[in-house]
Amino acid sequence: MSDNKHQIPAGSDAPLAHYVNDGPFDPHAAVTLTPEQERYYLSSQWRLMWLKFKKHRLAVISGIFLLLVYGSVIISEVLAPVNFNHRNTDYLKAPPQDIHWTHEGELIGPFVYGYDVSLDMETMSWRYDIDRGDVMPLRFFCVGRDYPGAGYEFWNAIPGSFHLVCPAPGGYFFWLGTDRLGRDMLSRIIQGARISLTVGLIGVTISFVLGIFLGGLAGYYGGLMDSAVQRVIEIVRSFPSLPLWMALSAAMPVNWSPVVVFMGISVILGLLDWPGLARAVRSKLLALREEDFVIAAELMGAKPKRIIGRHLLPSFSSHLIASATLTIPAMILGETALSFLGLGLRPPITSWGVLLNEAQNFNAIVNTPWLLYPALPVIFVVLAFQFLGDGLRDAADPYK
Amino acid sequence: MLDYIARRLLVMIPTLLVISVLVFIIIQLPPGDYLETLVAELQSQGETVSQERIAFYREEYGLGEPMWKQFGVWFWGLLQGNMGYSFEYELPVADVVGDRVFLTVLVSFSTILFVYLVSFPIGVYSAVRQYSLGDYTLTFVGFIGLATPNFLLALILMYFANQWFGVSIGGLVDPELRDAPFSWEKFVNILGHLWVPVIVIGTAGTAGMIRRLRANLLDELHKQYVTTAKAKGVAPGKLLVKYPLRMALNPFIADIGNLLPEIISGAAIVSVVLSLETTGPMLLGALQSQDMYLAGSFLMALAMLTVVGNLVSDLALAVLDPRIRLGAESAR
Repeated sequence: MSDNKHQIPAGSDAPLAHYVNDGPFDPHAAVTLTPEQERYYLSSQWRLMWLKFKKHRLAVISGIFLLLVYGSVIISEVLAPVNFNHRNTDYLKAPPQDIHWTHEGELIGPFVYGYDVSLDMETMSWRYDIDRGDVMPLRFFCVGRDYPGAGYEFWNAIPGSFHLVCPAPGGYFFWLGTDRLGRDMLSRIIQGARISLTVGLIGVTISFVLGIFLGGLAGYYGGLMDSAVQRVIEIVRSFPSLPLWMALSAAMPVNWSPVVVFMGISVILGLLDWPGLARAVRSKLLALREEDFVIAAELMGAKPKRIIGRHLLPSFSSHLIASATLTIPAMILGETALSFLGLGLRPPITSWGVLLNEAQNFNAIVNTPWLLYPALPVIFVVLAFQFLGDGLRDAADPYK
Repeated sequence: MLDYIARRLLVMIPTLLVISVLVFIIIQLPPGDYLETLVAELQSQGETVSQERIAFYREEYGLGEPMWKQFGVWFWGLLQGNMGYSFEYELPVADVVGDRVFLTVLVSFSTILFVYLVSFPIGVYSAVRQYSLGDYTLTFVGFIGLATPNFLLALILMYFANQWFGVSIGGLVDPELRDAPFSWEKFVNILGHLWVPVIVIGTAGTAGMIRRLRANLLDELHKQYVTTAKAKGVAPGKLLVKYPLRMALNPFIADIGNLLPEIISGAAIVSVVLSLETTGPMLLGALQSQDMYLAGSFLMALAMLTVVGNLVSDLALAVLDPRIRLGAESAR
């Protein structure tokens, strides 16, 4: 029984039913790259990461913000309108001054109104009324000691009096108010950044070294070494970090000098923070040590130190940078929390945590809420680090 | 299952031993022992210290003996439930600690409950409706929650509570009930105050949890079996619950190991700010006056709490996932 329905008609001259382009055919057309594509495919790993990172808008903005903030640390004294330690004894707990532009319908640029200070005999506290007659225009890029608190010692060494913004001669400018000793909050916050931000960097360096070393040992050698390190990591992680930090910093002798205390706090923060990094290093190493290039290096007689340092670490250093970025905020928060409780840094060191320590009790919050302002830079910096770290982590693996 | 529990309990022993050694080292860290400080302080105030009291402390702690012997004395006491003797309060630590540990446990576990109850639906929603307006909003709020240190949140909350309602939100119990013996009435009163610290402590954990659940669930949802099931016409709701959600739930439960230390840390500092009657303020006080045995006991209690919490989470995980119960390596 024959059914020729599905057979191709033999010897038919009829043209094919579909369209065929009769232009010249280049079989390599699919393989050749446009210059753009070529540049992309030939670029190095770091360049690919950069390209991918740039797409993460929020991360780029956060990165720029952090660069600016860290840059400000170098010239804090110049950025602060007043010496952060200067006590304006006439203006204790002064509320923030608003910046105005026009006075009685007349534009005179940024200025602040003075305060009329009087003692409230009922509550026994200072009352600040805005004195509309006292106009104190702000000056920019000013030199000279013509107002209280103008002089400073740059990095505790070079005396100077150059300020980016400063009040009128003989005047004052408390944009964020003053504390109970009449010190300008804005200047103190700017100055506090120097300590608060560097604590994180030192701590992260320590935890980085520890994490790479221990994680490297565990990941490369495996076996007994691996389980030992894993156990230690588990134990350190099972400790609630803050109480442990509290105990360690409380155990520091009280007669240590501020600089030593600062170093001590950084070390404490770093000592307890390495497990996360060590875990990342370990799991990456475990995966990478099975790769062909490691076997090749081994066969050529490279020693473990060289294999780890020269071949393995560079291949996931981008991941390390990303995870380090994500641990810095934890350190900043740790320092802030410890100093806030009075167990970390203590005055005369000025950090954001030390400043917040003043806002610890209920009365302070109700009567002088501007003492809470140092919380804002903490939140912004931590948020920026989160976004930056997220962007870096996504970019760290550009081939994905 | 019994086998698994036994194995898990055995692992706990060396962990607890190492933790206790660490705690003991911390107790010993401040220069000089507390006794010397105490005697010097009292003598400077012109008081004499009774020889009996000094002798009592010396014997209780084996002070003056070699270090390992002191540790032995302390650890042996710990095993018998004798947490030591607070120099400052002149009472056994167990008496000083009393209700406070119970309240810490209450606050911590309510917070965990809060974290799970809130983060689960939001996490699932964010993953299923990825890149929707709701997802973006919740992610943004989550980021802020993650970045705001909880003690700052407590301060800010206190400020606004005063500004808007004119009330103080500190404390866990009304002042008139503070010294009352434990009763149903007091318990209800505590529950009424509990929500403030729970929200404050739980916010960061909730935000983290949402992000992790979202990431895990998204990973699962992009797998091929989901596509297959979709192609075969499985209803979306059933498809979600049947496998991806169960798979994503594992890390969610296992995460208690990260969550618990975080919450206990948070509780310690938040309770100082909100003046809760938990272990936090007392730990701080003990550290400030260098009453190290009291501080050490608190530290030990907090670490124990975490270890036990981890045990519970591991057991829950084992119940949930047969691969772990049967000891498969790749389960996590």
